[in-house]
Amino acid sequence: MADTSKVIEIIKKIIADVDEQKLFLTELDNVIGDGDHGINLARGFDAVAAVMDTFEGKDIGAIMKAIGMKLVSTVGGASGPLYGTAFMKAGAYLNGKTEMNLDDFIGMLEVAIDGIMKRGKAVKGEKTMLDAMIPALDAMKESYGADGDAKKALDAGVAAAEEGIEYTKTIIATKGRASYLGERSIGHQDPGATSFTLMLKAVQALA
Amino acid sequence: MVGIVIVSHSQKLAEGVIDLAALMAPETPMRAAGGMEDGGFGTSFEKINNAIEEIYSDDGVVILMDLGSAVMTTEMVLEMMEDRNIKMIDCPIVEGAIAAAVVAAGNASMDEVIQVAIASRTTPKF
Repeated sequence: MADTSKVIEIIKKIIADVDEQKLFLTELDNVIGDGDHGINLARGFDAVAAVMDTFEGKDIGAIMKAIGMKLVSTVGGASGPLYGTAFMKAGAYLNGKTEMNLDDFIGMLEVAIDGIMKRGKAVKGEKTMLDAMIPALDAMKESYGADGDAKKALDAGVAAAEEGIEYTKTIIATKGRASYLGERSIGHQDPGATSFTLMLKAVQALA
Repeated sequence: MVGIVIVSHSQKLAEGVIDLAALMAPETPMRAAGGMEDGGFGTSFEKINNAIEEIYSDDGVVILMDLGSAVMTTEMVLEMMEDRNIKMIDCPIVEGAIAAAVVAAGNASMDEVIQVAIASRTTPKF
């Protein structure tokens, strides 16, 4: 599925895509949050971009860990500790690996989601990034388990994440700043679910 | 003496809470970790880390946070300082800080400081 240079290529695409979508993500957050999601995430990934040259020669685990640390120290909003924890957990899971297959990716996503749930004390159905992440993980597991086709599994993961975004429009936020809005949060998609889907799409496009 | 760090999304808010608490307990070591490096809204891992380092002693440091990323980022800073005597307190940030600062100034133990701060959760305003 991906060696170290492929992972670096995917990270570069995520950096570019987050930057391109930062105003859209921030707009989504303006409606139900404190309006900083895209700008914060772009600041974090810009900081990652600035240290990309130090990734040469490192294994995938070390790269993921370095990204996590960078996000924690530069993002400034909730997505910093959340995505930071996710990347750091992923890094620990992929420790020493210079190549990964879809099994590794699924296992990595599983520990990343677990890290996010613990850090945010959140579960599925609270209008958060988890509402895209968990369905995506489940869909990839099911698809890959059925026929072992990595490409198809990633397609299924992205489709489930996109459905997850749609689902967040239908529910009341019960976690984070958006929870203060109560019923007024209905009708709006969750910025975190949206940014996760953007990252998964980068994997789908290049892996 | 137990030290106090205030973590907030807002630099002004964190500094304001410290200013208020210092009126009654000027001798208590306190630091604000509010906003981002550039003064904008957000929580900064580095500011929290530095604030703790500046006032840390074996007597301990308690941390009061506003919400969301202030809590989560503080947790991550503390995970990197596991061997230290530092505790996050879940309490109202203004009342808790004032109570903690005053008690800390009387050379109270970390447990006593935590107790009064937590008690501020249920202290009626009127």
